[in-house]
Amino acid sequence: MNDFSEIKISRRGLLKAGAALGSVPALGLAQTASGDTAAAAAAPVMAKVSFTVNGQLRQLEVDTRTTLLDVLRERLQLTGTKKGCDHGQCGACTILLDGRRINACLSLAVMHEGAQITTIEGLGTPARLHPMQAAFIRHDGYQCGYCTPGQICSAVAVLDEIKRGVPSHASASLTEQPLLSADEIRERMSGNLCRCGAYSNIVDAISEVGGQS
Amino acid sequence: MRAFTYQRATSAVEAATAAQRTPGARFIAGGTNLLDLMKLEIETPGHLVDVNDLGFDRIDATPGGGLRVGALVRNTDLAADPRVRRDYGVLSRALLAGASGQLRNKATTAGNLLQRTRCAYFYDTNQPCNKRVPGSGCSAIGGASRQHAVIGVSAACIATHPSDMAVAMRLLDAGVETVRANGATRVIPIADFYRPPGDTPHIETVLEAGELITGVTLPPPLGGVHVYRKVRDRASYAFALVSVAAVVQPDGSGRVALGGVAHQPWRMAAADSQLAQGATAVAATLLAGARPTHDNAFKITLAERTLAAVLLDARDDVREHRSKQA
Repeated sequence: MNDFSEIKISRRGLLKAGAALGSVPALGLAQTASGDTAAAAAAPVMAKVSFTVNGQLRQLEVDTRTTLLDVLRERLQLTGTKKGCDHGQCGACTILLDGRRINACLSLAVMHEGAQITTIEGLGTPARLHPMQAAFIRHDGYQCGYCTPGQICSAVAVLDEIKRGVPSHASASLTEQPLLSADEIRERMSGNLCRCGAYSNIVDAISEVGGQS
Repeated sequence: MRAFTYQRATSAVEAATAAQRTPGARFIAGGTNLLDLMKLEIETPGHLVDVNDLGFDRIDATPGGGLRVGALVRNTDLAADPRVRRDYGVLSRALLAGASGQLRNKATTAGNLLQRTRCAYFYDTNQPCNKRVPGSGCSAIGGASRQHAVIGVSAACIATHPSDMAVAMRLLDAGVETVRANGATRVIPIADFYRPPGDTPHIETVLEAGELITGVTLPPPLGGVHVYRKVRDRASYAFALVSVAAVVQPDGSGRVALGGVAHQPWRMAAADSQLAQGATAVAATLLAGARPTHDNAFKITLAERTLAAVLLDARDDVREHRSKQA
């Protein structure tokens, strides 16, 4: 598995270098005095980092550029977390970092020394589903399923945020306990896009789990 | 993304020194904007100074009766702080109107102030952009400019500052606390923090090389009714076309600031003093000398109408507040 990862990374590195070299003259970016395209040739920098993923300590050496998302998917083979836009716009990569939801794509792995990370694989298993996973199935809260792991991680965090009294843009009052309403859920879930448009069923699933807890 | 070296700073002066001495270095905290830009190679730092261990993650009362917000306080935590919700409602509202829950959990107070424009031409490395490549030209002028600035613009740049939080901070007369490599600290009034685009739109703030934001100070609470109203193309998770932040007192006096119209939050003392005369007068003063494009001239009307709606809301809230007290 590791050998395969290394091959993939070096192939990617080659493609990246090629693309950068190709784009430099077109962009007219500054070159060094000797005429080298120094930036494109800059060597990768490796760094060590360790954090806990789904209860298991992971010690890794990574290129400093590696996002948390790419570490999860490409190094740890936890491919439940999805790469959609890779720019923090779609929410497919949502994970729980120290109990709070974040976009794993907009985070560098080396910045998370000692962190506790939970991915969709850590929330539940096919044999023991998390209540939110079971509710998404019951309410048909997906079609293609690509955004679903991110939706579910986000939804679990949303219920926790409401429970803790964290206000949202949809909250009528900043000082009172927020409601578990469809408006609140829609607003709080707006960072998770679903191309299939399963939104109404997603809201139903989250409402049901929220009502039980 | 270009390769970079990485350092976790253990003190503010160490961070500032590293950033000043290393050409092309950038601070990184939440990273939600910087990493996005690095992936597109709009930002290409050769060195990152991670400031997350510096401990600027507290919100403390100041001796003067205000609050000091640490630079690393996450947007979620600032919006949810009980003191901010009670006394600086416009700031909570502005934060909650921005980005998504995931992004607010990572994004920091200082990073929010320093986020770059979302001008589509700044993001498109195939297009000229004076902010990205100084001297290359502005594609937005004469291009698709519906989202762009209508006032404070220059012949070199018509980009807006995208932050909601900064609009509330400007309304509240926040101060930006910094430290430099030599250990010198200063507080920059937010009114003086952003630089007009002029001929150098790539230089966005008055911060010096290596100068690190350590916190933001808020003066004592203003009281009154706090409103933040954001008009955008969808109901959530979109940047403002126009936004209005306002604090209105029971006697009708108060202050207003606009977002989405300029390179910085837009506020004028002369407009504040006209609040009792209504939205038309306030908007006329705030937007006097505006230079909209064909695509974004609607923002002038939209700003006036949003101001009118906000002032009506505020008046209703004042009345409601009074009837509750009676």
